[in-house]
Amino acid sequence: MVEMPEINQDKCNRCGLCISVCSCGAIVLVENKVTIIETEDCHWCTTCEAVCPTGALTCSFEIIVEKD
Amino acid sequence: MTIDAAFLKSISYFSVMSAAELEANKQLFTEKTVQRGEVIIMEGELSDTLYFVAAGAVKVFKTSAQGKEQILSIARPGEALNDIPVFDGKPNPVNAQALGPVTLYGLKKDKLLTIMQQYPKVALNTNKVLAERMRQLVTLVEDLSFRHVLGRVTKILLNHSSEGAGANDHLTQQEMAAMAGTAREVVARSLKTLEEQGFIRIERHRIVITNKKSLEEIVAESG
Repeated sequence: MVEMPEINQDKCNRCGLCISVCSCGAIVLVENKVTIIETEDCHWCTTCEAVCPTGALTCSFEIIVEKD
Repeated sequence: MTIDAAFLKSISYFSVMSAAELEANKQLFTEKTVQRGEVIIMEGELSDTLYFVAAGAVKVFKTSAQGKEQILSIARPGEALNDIPVFDGKPNPVNAQALGPVTLYGLKKDKLLTIMQQYPKVALNTNKVLAERMRQLVTLVEDLSFRHVLGRVTKILLNHSSEGAGANDHLTQQEMAAMAGTAREVVARSLKTLEEQGFIRIERHRIVITNKKSLEEIVAESG
């Protein structure tokens, strides 16, 4: 399973900005719902999160300490 | 190419105009489409046309002599890209680049002034629009001026980090911004600074702390 950005459908207003900025085509509209497709091509640029006006789309980071 | 009068109403500048007034003036606007990555506005150039985002998203940013980028804002539909140089007649102070396919509405400066003379309420409303822009920029200046923002972001990273065992915290840059009381753009800049200093490594979906001691020193110094 590939970790992907997450979409909260309750917050999403379907403006489509995330779809327009996604350079790997991972975000699509399916039956009027913004849907994320799993793909290794997503490099976690977080642009979709940056443009989302409602905070519906999130790209979270796990924060870990590298072991010596 | 059809200018959508109903959409013009969503542009702050023209929100005070009636539907009939906008319909009567929509022919003054031009439409332009640009592709992902295209630079719409270049720092240092003059602008005789005010551009508004009609569809898509645009990154508004400055680049330092060393090539460092600071995003000032993400312009979404309804927002203007270059009002400062259009109003003061001086060169663009920022760059603007399309984050995806973007549709722009353009209005020549002389046409904008004609609208303002014909509808003084638009001129009055412009004060409010520019004051809002100034407020946003003052907040950004404040955040970027004080080093303690870097300390706050660093502290968040340390507080939410783990050695890799068990269920780890997951944070978005937006959440870190809310926690640090700053803008997402400032968090992005702070993370980049820490990465350039070699204290963290940003991977897909992960922030790896590579020098915990240095991060702890930053937090201690920021008090």
